[in-house]
Amino acid sequence: MSVRNALEGVGEMLKGLSITFHYLFQKPDTISYPEVKRQPAARWKGRHYLRLWDDGLERCIACKLCQIVCPSQAIYVEAATNPRAKPISKSQHYAKQFQLNMLRCVFVGDCEEVCPVDCIVLSREYEIAGYTREELIYTKERLTEAHPGSSGRDPNVKRGPARMG
Amino acid sequence: MPMAILPNDAQARGRTMKTISPGVELERISSGAGDKFVLNMGPQHPSTHGVLRLILELDGERVTRCEPVIGYLHTGIEKQCEYRTYHQVIPLIDRMDYLAGPNEELGYVLAVEKLLGIEAPRRTRYIRVLIAELSRIASHLVWLGTGALELNVSSVFMYCFRDREYINDLFEAASGARMFPRYFRVGGLIDDLPEGFTEQARGFIKSFRPHLKEYHGLLTRNPIWMKRTVGVARVSRRQCMDYALTGPILRATGLEYDIRRAFPYSVYPDFDFDIPTQTAGDAYARYLVRMAEMAQSLKIVEQALDKLPEGPVNTVSRDLSDRNTYRSHPWRHFVVPPGEVYQSIESPRGEKGYYVVSDGTNKPVRMRMRSPSFINVQALPLLIEGSWLADAVVAIASVDPVLGDVDR
Repeated sequence: MSVRNALEGVGEMLKGLSITFHYLFQKPDTISYPEVKRQPAARWKGRHYLRLWDDGLERCIACKLCQIVCPSQAIYVEAATNPRAKPISKSQHYAKQFQLNMLRCVFVGDCEEVCPVDCIVLSREYEIAGYTREELIYTKERLTEAHPGSSGRDPNVKRGPARMG
Repeated sequence: MPMAILPNDAQARGRTMKTISPGVELERISSGAGDKFVLNMGPQHPSTHGVLRLILELDGERVTRCEPVIGYLHTGIEKQCEYRTYHQVIPLIDRMDYLAGPNEELGYVLAVEKLLGIEAPRRTRYIRVLIAELSRIASHLVWLGTGALELNVSSVFMYCFRDREYINDLFEAASGARMFPRYFRVGGLIDDLPEGFTEQARGFIKSFRPHLKEYHGLLTRNPIWMKRTVGVARVSRRQCMDYALTGPILRATGLEYDIRRAFPYSVYPDFDFDIPTQTAGDAYARYLVRMAEMAQSLKIVEQALDKLPEGPVNTVSRDLSDRNTYRSHPWRHFVVPPGEVYQSIESPRGEKGYYVVSDGTNKPVRMRMRSPSFINVQALPLLIEGSWLADAVVAIASVDPVLGDVDR
């Protein structure tokens, strides 16, 4: 290797170093995660919720469409007849059990899309890690939103109207 | 007899069949090879791009024999597809080549549309090309980042993953998921692009152009990078054809073969782009081809944004993707006429083919994928045998296999 080649090589390496060096004076692209939380996009598909009607009745009518379309068989619904004296949903049936296995779920959002009563939604919460397998099988108590609208997602409003041909 | 022209045909014939138990296999090689050293590289080796296992027979620092062992990431996706409806298959397709999910989806969706005899609306086809090309850039960025990291260039790794995060942000805005968007659907898309997407995408293009120049500045003429890649893992065009290698490996030997040009699909004929080629056929040539491909993909993305036609994104001819209609008709009622179809696309790694057989029900009766990673991994002995051990890492990186795609 001639002296000229060696000098050229050193020059190229200095050029590379200057690129890394100028990043020293730039704003970092990272965020300090646990302190600063990232705001996901409006369409983010995160933790599921079962929504309620405004009067507090459950939307789920146990039609099991979500169970059918789920590509990873993560949902289990058990239907029961809605008691007439003290109705739980607005239909003949209500979901006696609603289990969602977060370990199986791949967050495709098909359940939200097929739900005829806009009950199951994927909220924008993304911190859903757990320590045991049992606690990641979400039961109906954990899935139902605390009060109407607390899931923060209305599939008809947030996603925007789909363009139809 | 195509096998007769292989350079290491004699060696290939002398090879014993692999046994299931890894211990037995190693013992036999080491006892038969005298004082040669057998090194088991992988499957949990950081530079094997996943869980590829290589049994390397070393004579000093020279690799005299290399046997890739695959199957550590076998997911049974081809079989699983037979138990899923046509729409439920799409999340599985995403997870084969997990670095370029949308590109994979595009091939599958086009295959099923071919079977159905439908064509997606014009706007949808443009959006699909836009998203697929973004995923090609993302995939090449992972290749560049990890390939450079294996040669100890850790700053490039960080910069590449930064840009990939911006692409994932775009996927997230469009579909709500970052790595596996599942944005495409037979006959359309999940939804139209969100408001502000084009501005965000243009912002990415604006920031990525100078970044690409930086990567060139860091690596292309760097003497250490060139010492490690020039002349390493060389294949000839003839060998590429013998092994059916496609993608950047083939284009690095000078053949301008790209499915987007050779068998155009979707709206690729509408775009103005070049097929980058190199003639050397070594790791450095593959690096240059992939770098140039990123620039070309960026060009396509820009054109797609400019030309993006207005209109619907979903076909309603068969009530496939109309949100309000299929509420009353869940997807299991969507059946495909009997027949079989083959559709290939240019994935970031080469020709990706989908062979779908339908028997007239709502589930494919057989799915078979021609995956470029699987075909390209078989050329690893060709690239590695006879080279230094340290160059084996370069050879694997330059082939860029994705093990999810290899094992399916």
